[in-house]
Amino acid sequence: MNNDAASVHPHHPPATPPAPARVSRRAFMTASLTAGGGLLLTLHLPAAARAAGAPAERSESAEINPFISIAPDGIVTIMAKNPEIGQGMKTTLPMLIAEELDVEWKNVRARQAMLDPIYGPQFAGGSMGTPLNWIPMQQVGAAGRQMLIEAAARIWHVPPGECTAAKGMVHHRPTGRALPYGALAREAATLSPPELDSVTLKSPKDYTIIGKFTGGVDSPRVLDGDRLFGIDVIVPHMSYAVYEKSPVFGGRIVRANIEEIRALPGVRAAFIVRGAVPEAAIKMGLVDGVAIVADRWWDAEKARRKLRVEWTPQARPRQSTQAFAQEAARLMQSGAHSIIRRDGDVDAALARAATVLKATYSYPFLAHATLEPQNCTAHVRPDGSVEIWAPTQNPGAGAHLVAQTLGIDPGKVKVHMTRCGGGFGRRLNNDYMVEAAMIAKRAGRAVKVLWDRTQDFHHDAYRPAGFHAFTAGLAASGKPVAFRDHFVTFGQDGQVASSANLPRDHFPAGYVPSLEYGQSLIQLDVPTGPMRNPGGNALAFAFESFIDELAHAGGLDPLALRLDLYGPPRVLSAPPPQGGLRIPPFDTGRVRGVLELVARKSGWERRGALPAGTGLGLAFYYSHFGYVAEVVKASLKPDGTPKVHKIWAAVDIGRQIINPAGAYNQVQGAILDGLGQALHLLITVENGRVVQRNFDTYHLLRIDEAPPVEVHFLLSDNDPTGLGEPALPPVLPALCNALFAATGTRIRSLPIGRLHAHPAKA
Amino acid sequence: MRYTIRVNGRRRVVQSDADTPLLWVLRDDLRLTGTKFGCGIAYCGACTVHLDGVPARACVTPISAVGNAAIVTIEGIGRSQWGRRVKAAWLDLDVMQCGYCQAGQVMTATALLAGNPRPTDADIDQAMRNNICRCCTYTRIRAAIKRAAGLPTADSREADHE
Repeated sequence: MNNDAASVHPHHPPATPPAPARVSRRAFMTASLTAGGGLLLTLHLPAAARAAGAPAERSESAEINPFISIAPDGIVTIMAKNPEIGQGMKTTLPMLIAEELDVEWKNVRARQAMLDPIYGPQFAGGSMGTPLNWIPMQQVGAAGRQMLIEAAARIWHVPPGECTAAKGMVHHRPTGRALPYGALAREAATLSPPELDSVTLKSPKDYTIIGKFTGGVDSPRVLDGDRLFGIDVIVPHMSYAVYEKSPVFGGRIVRANIEEIRALPGVRAAFIVRGAVPEAAIKMGLVDGVAIVADRWWDAEKARRKLRVEWTPQARPRQSTQAFAQEAARLMQSGAHSIIRRDGDVDAALARAATVLKATYSYPFLAHATLEPQNCTAHVRPDGSVEIWAPTQNPGAGAHLVAQTLGIDPGKVKVHMTRCGGGFGRRLNNDYMVEAAMIAKRAGRAVKVLWDRTQDFHHDAYRPAGFHAFTAGLAASGKPVAFRDHFVTFGQDGQVASSANLPRDHFPAGYVPSLEYGQSLIQLDVPTGPMRNPGGNALAFAFESFIDELAHAGGLDPLALRLDLYGPPRVLSAPPPQGGLRIPPFDTGRVRGVLELVARKSGWERRGALPAGTGLGLAFYYSHFGYVAEVVKASLKPDGTPKVHKIWAAVDIGRQIINPAGAYNQVQGAILDGLGQALHLLITVENGRVVQRNFDTYHLLRIDEAPPVEVHFLLSDNDPTGLGEPALPPVLPALCNALFAATGTRIRSLPIGRLHAHPAKA
Repeated sequence: MRYTIRVNGRRRVVQSDADTPLLWVLRDDLRLTGTKFGCGIAYCGACTVHLDGVPARACVTPISAVGNAAIVTIEGIGRSQWGRRVKAAWLDLDVMQCGYCQAGQVMTATALLAGNPRPTDADIDQAMRNNICRCCTYTRIRAAIKRAAGLPTADSREADHE
């Protein structure tokens, strides 16, 4: 069996965020006094700043930017450097700092940082917030605590070793003296901060904030209706704008009835914008469109309904879901165009196999459908500088796109990160940001661009569809000895489309002796991009369903087959380091741990006692360094649609759940998100454009379809990793496997829709 | 056209075309941006407000149809006893993820409890099924409604299926 390290590490990094970096030895802190007599601690991250792609002249500057400030009244303001998209980072990152700083959480105010190289990488993607910041943010807090202790020691003329910190105070136990942090600010500001790598972090048993159920820092304000989201931004003298683009991807403007639009009530300006490059539609840059600027958004939107645009005829008329399926079927008749991976001799192994199985799986394009439609507010000043207020997951890349498109220095783009009404990967692209900047520049005033729901469905970077022709051979024991996937996916001119790849190390690669992954490409003119758990959100369904088929065909328990394939608990050597980031090595013991835990909690061994027509299904997926096993209990309703009774999840993301409030919510939400995809979700392409226009034809899961989800964390002795994504993939195959157990019908194409029970239960 | 409407207990005068949806009058004219835009076709519930205590979709309610109805938005719901209890339950259980739908969820949940102080799971399904949460915080929405009602928050539906 091939157990080389890289081959068992199906890690899917986000498509666009910058390379990660820890707080390096070159990072340092400075301390200073605020105008109000408070302490300001500033973290400088030169190496990380360059990794983020920031312009060098800014990262080297002496500009002071507060990371932590402690006011004389003891209120501690901590900057949350990453975008908040509902994943909870605006709460989690300040928790890490506050824990080591030894302040009371009730005295902490979290504030959203702006895009600034001083903060290092600033993005929300790849479930990287925790692994990238777990140690560095604690170090920042601990360095602050150490300085405050030293300041008190100097005031009291005692050795720092005799002083301790707790709840925003420094104590000198031998004499019973104590001073609040607010009173130490002036003295601490005169000290040089310690080397970050030299500070001592707390023992987990002393945690008072990490591990406690902590509500989101913005939640009260959201429920008061305060302006937090991008769509809520109001800047002085702002106008509202809509931007009409070609519904057919890549369409260019021939002409439009601009004069007529300009004369409509409330319209301040209407003009044609030319896209930056021909392939901008695929690359999510600025594309051709008509901008309508008005005093109110509704005036602009009403005017848009009177807009008549002639677009260039479509260059490739065969861009449709139906044509893609026909093309995939044709490609599957012959061999793969290219080989991704080949171990052993699959044909020879198949010839010797006791049983050979073939099956074809497919899944559709999906839209992100963030509930807050894409929007952005921009102001371009006469000197060419740009100020942006954007709900974005990737502000640095957005600033670069704006600078490049407007032909200005990236240092002239200032980005305010607003709260995002959902991310799911959609806002890793910044097409709405560059639109707003260009329209604001042309309009000569601050402009808020807001898309309507149909535009949001028609101009996404979609989760790519895909097709898998699987062939597998089983030994007489039922164990797989040969495995082949001919993956038919999409691309542009021979390059695989964004998020449309099959990693060469995807399970079961490395665990079946003869294995081949081949690939053929269909030309695609539809933009694709990362969606929550890119790759995994589609591949898990196909692979983990087919593994279930193999278990049934070989007469094996699907749980036992997986345990057997992954083999005895062992740590496979660590993957290549990523910019100094510490990634726990892949550990088959952790796979076993969550599989056995979910089996125990769900009553897997007793599934034979379930009533006829009700079944349990199991799946496991490793992604974003997280190990997740899930079991679904399902049956069919009288109308043939699935009824999901309950879902169990066992999750191993390391030794510490930083914030249980967010953690359980992320797992439950990711599972129900995946459930909705499996049951209902589908984007159809016809004549080069997307058919679905709104939620009446894109059926997001609703509360009456959401079953109870029981979540169990398995704490293993590994550094904690992220949780926005890893819980999503297993639910799709677990549901399909449950429906097979319940009905005998195997689901090989998503969404599931309506089923009819097979007469004989398999 | 000039309209005088009552929003969160205050009389407001707005200048607007008759067909302008209440949503945009609230958001862009009165700058009450707590009420959210999601779909524009009354499918997602993000824009839910109360008209005389009844949940309404502001995105498809023309300003001309509002008349003298008392409009309550998320900015004002905390002044009612049920609104205050629902918001407190939402915070106690940390319901939200991105939070974008939650104003609409709270408005619908408050109206549910005002009319039915002890809702069953089926009642909750019925009342809340037209409010989409893209983050799928449904587990906690259900529990928070029960908590606001003073009911046990455990999900009893699984037992019903056995």
